[in-house]
Amino acid sequence: MNDHFQEIIDTLKKNRMRTALTGLSVSWGIFILIVLLGAGNGLKNGVMQNFSSRAVNRINLWPGTTSIPYQGLKTERNLSFTESEVDLIRREVEESRTITARINSTQTISFGKEYGSYSVRGVMPGYFEIEKLIISSGQGRFINQLDMQQQNKVIVLDKKIADLLFKDESPLGKQVKVGRLMFKVVGVNSKKEQWGGSNAYIPFTTAQTIFNPNRKFYQITFTVEGLQTEVENDRFNESIRELMGRQLDFDPKDDQALWVNNAQKEYVETMKIFGGITLFVGIIGILTLIAGIVGVSNIMLVSVKERTREIGIRKAIGATPMAILKTIILESIFITTLFGYIGLMLGIGLTELINFVMTQSANAAVASNEPQMSVFTNPTVDIGYALFATVVLIIAGVIAGYLPARKAVRVQPIEAMRQE
Amino acid sequence: MYCIVQGFDIYLHRSFHSTKKKRKFCNDSSQQLVKDESQTIEKMIDIRKLHKSYHSEALSLHVLKGIDLSIEAGEYVSIMGASGSGKSTLLNILGILDTYDRGDYHLNGSLIRNLSERQAAEYRNEMIGFVFQSFNLINFKNALENVALPLYYKKVSRRKRNIIAMEHLDRMGLKEWAHHLPNELSGGQKQRVAIARAMISNPKVILADEPTGALDSKTTEEVMEVLTDLNSEGITTIIVTHERSVADATRRIIHLKDGMIEYETRKENGIHETISSLPYSSL
Repeated sequence: MNDHFQEIIDTLKKNRMRTALTGLSVSWGIFILIVLLGAGNGLKNGVMQNFSSRAVNRINLWPGTTSIPYQGLKTERNLSFTESEVDLIRREVEESRTITARINSTQTISFGKEYGSYSVRGVMPGYFEIEKLIISSGQGRFINQLDMQQQNKVIVLDKKIADLLFKDESPLGKQVKVGRLMFKVVGVNSKKEQWGGSNAYIPFTTAQTIFNPNRKFYQITFTVEGLQTEVENDRFNESIRELMGRQLDFDPKDDQALWVNNAQKEYVETMKIFGGITLFVGIIGILTLIAGIVGVSNIMLVSVKERTREIGIRKAIGATPMAILKTIILESIFITTLFGYIGLMLGIGLTELINFVMTQSANAAVASNEPQMSVFTNPTVDIGYALFATVVLIIAGVIAGYLPARKAVRVQPIEAMRQE
Repeated sequence: MYCIVQGFDIYLHRSFHSTKKKRKFCNDSSQQLVKDESQTIEKMIDIRKLHKSYHSEALSLHVLKGIDLSIEAGEYVSIMGASGSGKSTLLNILGILDTYDRGDYHLNGSLIRNLSERQAAEYRNEMIGFVFQSFNLINFKNALENVALPLYYKKVSRRKRNIIAMEHLDRMGLKEWAHHLPNELSGGQKQRVAIARAMISNPKVILADEPTGALDSKTTEEVMEVLTDLNSEGITTIIVTHERSVADATRRIIHLKDGMIEYETRKENGIHETISSLPYSSL
């Protein structure tokens, strides 16, 4: 086997230009395939990261304004939630897991001489899990059930607010003034919002009492489990409409009365789109590779034609058809594999380089405290592709070499040697 | 007994593979010998009523019209004839590069007929050394690699075949030229490289198709000396030529005309005397 490779390497070395040109098409094909797959992966990873910044199985409900008359009630009624809707979902929706109601108000928060105007959210403990907040160890805790029951005046600050108000001091256990009341800081959230500004979080019950005298609110978020397909999600959305329709007296078909944002459904749909994009990118890459293979095959055909005389001589001095077939196919495999790997390495090199540059700029963004926003993350392909590519290249080599080899086998020594 | 003679192959000890091959080959020929008891063992080449036609769409050309020819082991033969007389076709058939339509061809006692390409390649590799007018060296391989190539197809290791090839080049006086490419060699040198290549697989028969056709008279003499030397070592040598001086160097001249043996001469006392071809035709 070693000797066969030596013979092939000798032949290829003597025809460097032709070998290089033949290989170029394969290198290019693999290069494009890797770069395209990398770009596809980068886009997918970026969007995935955006998704994973919140629970993907969350459902948001917002009350709206009725547009269809219902059981004698007129249209244009403004709807709102009360705590009984939260209890209803907890009780009646068997898929529901974690739930939080939400009250938004804008308040001035001050500590010492520092102050600022921030969105203060009255939330339930479940908010932490749903929004995937980050409280690192030593940074305190989130609002808990006890805070809810006792309507504690505790507050969790986003890191940006904490940094602004407290500078280098630790905010934990300190009292900050929210509006006109003092709240104790119990935790600092270091997750950055991708869009919009910074928030502070207080117990929902406290917020109801202090900032929401009419006790009506306009957003409920909960997570669900067991909904996989789009159909299941659609059916679930309908049942939520019916449930809330009975509770708040509106027609379940009234789209204006209740806004349902099902992230799970979006997630499923997006994954479908990315499946499509990956397939599309893969097909383009494979087609480019096929063009490369056809190129190799074509040049090998020309090469066999050029070497008719040489093949004739080899046959005259005792080369069997099998030996000739093996030589040409091995030559083809050798070219596709060698140059394929060059293309593979260049492609991986480029994607890794882009990833490196992107990581650098992302780190810079962290340092400057800007929100992390990306639609393009880690545009690399994993090592499995290298194995896959090896198999593809060897098969490609056999395919590319087959026709030329058949042609070479049919060479008649006397005809071949008559050529000058 | 024949197997024992073959066993004297000087390279036999060098390669296990070639030993195996040889033994197999021996068995083949001994089976053949049992089948053809009428066959005389010493006959290297035996042709009976050989016919060959080439067919094209417009016309068919009857090239060989019943050749009877018997060449014994160790003979030194030339085939002469005008162009179109069929001498090259005859040589190609002898070299198993071409097939024939009718008749029999026994090479070293084995019937050469309906061979697969693989079998034909093996016979060529084991039995026959070719020397061509246009040398047919592979131009991107140096002299040594060209000479060693037949052993590559015999699966002899690179190191061993290069040693053997160097010995053969040395015999041809081309040791210093071993690493030169063919286009750096003169015509005479190229032909000697080609002869070394023909000799390396230790063939029973050398077939030379106009070996001096591309050479001047001085190098022609050199090449003929080499061929004569080889023949004197017992290798059956057959040369197709249209040069009288080349033919005169051989001990038997067969004259072809229009696809038939017209007459042949044998060298006696250093000169060729004409004898009739009748004894063959009347067989």
